[in-house]
Amino acid sequence: MIETNLSLAPHNERDLILEYLAPEKTADAVKLLAKSKGSVHVLAGGSDLLVRMKGGYVEPDVIIDIKRIKAMQDIKKGATGFSIGAAVSCAKMGEHKALRKAWPGVVEAANLIGSDQIQGRCTIAGNLCNASPAADSVPALIAAKAVAVIKGPKGTRRVAIEDIATAPGKTCLKKGEIVESIQLPKRAAKMADAYLRFTPRTEMDIAVVSAAVNLTLGPRGVITHARVALGAVAPTAVLVPEATKILKGGKLDDEKLEALAEICNAACRPIDDKRGTIEFRTHVAGVLATRAARLAYTRAGGKL
Amino acid sequence: MSVLVSSTINGDNIEFACEPDETLLDALRDRVGMTGVKEGCGTGDCGACSITLDGALVCSCLVLGAEAEGRSIETVEGMSDGNTLHPLQQKFLEHAALQCGICTPGFLIAAKSLLEKNADPSEEEVRYALAGNLCRCTGYDKIVRAVLDAAKQMRKA
Repeated sequence: MIETNLSLAPHNERDLILEYLAPEKTADAVKLLAKSKGSVHVLAGGSDLLVRMKGGYVEPDVIIDIKRIKAMQDIKKGATGFSIGAAVSCAKMGEHKALRKAWPGVVEAANLIGSDQIQGRCTIAGNLCNASPAADSVPALIAAKAVAVIKGPKGTRRVAIEDIATAPGKTCLKKGEIVESIQLPKRAAKMADAYLRFTPRTEMDIAVVSAAVNLTLGPRGVITHARVALGAVAPTAVLVPEATKILKGGKLDDEKLEALAEICNAACRPIDDKRGTIEFRTHVAGVLATRAARLAYTRAGGKL
Repeated sequence: MSVLVSSTINGDNIEFACEPDETLLDALRDRVGMTGVKEGCGTGDCGACSITLDGALVCSCLVLGAEAEGRSIETVEGMSDGNTLHPLQQKFLEHAALQCGICTPGFLIAAKSLLEKNADPSEEEVRYALAGNLCRCTGYDKIVRAVLDAAKQMRKA
């Protein structure tokens, strides 16, 4: 046993009224969220929250750690698809063979977030609720038609991923509400997804533009269903509904790819900043969408 | 109000008290005296504070001390077997894979975590696995060679 220093000098200059709570049930988390006053923050992986605390951007009065909640700790495969608990780390998603096989695009998006150190902590529910327009996992979840299961004082509601973020850093979650899990639909043969992003560096960077494509093929490589989503080109990640119409019916040929790029360009409302200009982001969104479409198509067994 | 935390650190049961918003990095350094855990950026970018938490490689600057309750932590202090250095530590010395040394504990913990999952990594895999650790002295090449050499030795053992 090593002797420890139990002295409790105030750790920083601010008045320490912060409460750290670690409930074991979703219902208890909901109660705590509903009754807590002041700045209340949910702690999943902490890879956004602790950075914002360190920078002084947030000063929580209450932190509710969800990692002890049983219902949020596992990846479950059921009759309707996969359920990914809100406290499941992205590293765990990468280690899950069946999930990787069914949803390669979602898993590769989740695994692009940060280093191995960050992967050990970060979660897709946290990525979603942090509501960054550049969140890597969000376009892939939108393309996958994933749903967030939200528990709150008034019960459970299920919300499409594209409806969660309402603006940068803002979500549709109301006081007392928490995402318990993210549900991915069931998969069959000839279905696949892909996610690609552009970053100036090969690793450890934030998406300047990203695209996710999810395809279902019928006989002879004909696309029977498609969903396309873009990241970092608007205040929130966006679903491109028109892309579904373009891709559906027929094989993935040059004509479809060209139309896909055009419709993705048209869906962009990006900002101009040091990481990418409006023109660049708009152009690259189309390029990445076509590349992701080709990747998803071949993964689903289609021949280009 | 302070939080009393009971954890297993490098195999020892250790109790410490910390503030609710205190990072595990600060608690390990200031409360427990584990100063092998280094602070670089404090925002999860540099990996100098790398530890394992219940076997998962994490940046201790992005973990609250309070979160460590009941969990198992490994730091660089637990790497050697008494006076016998871990093969990674030995190879870092032999290859001169450090200069100022601030990043070294983090690199050692991250490299150990990699070799536990992958005993025979390629150079590219080593570089990817260590992408979360920054070093401003070595240019990384010596670190990568040391890890590959340690892996080779550990496979023989």
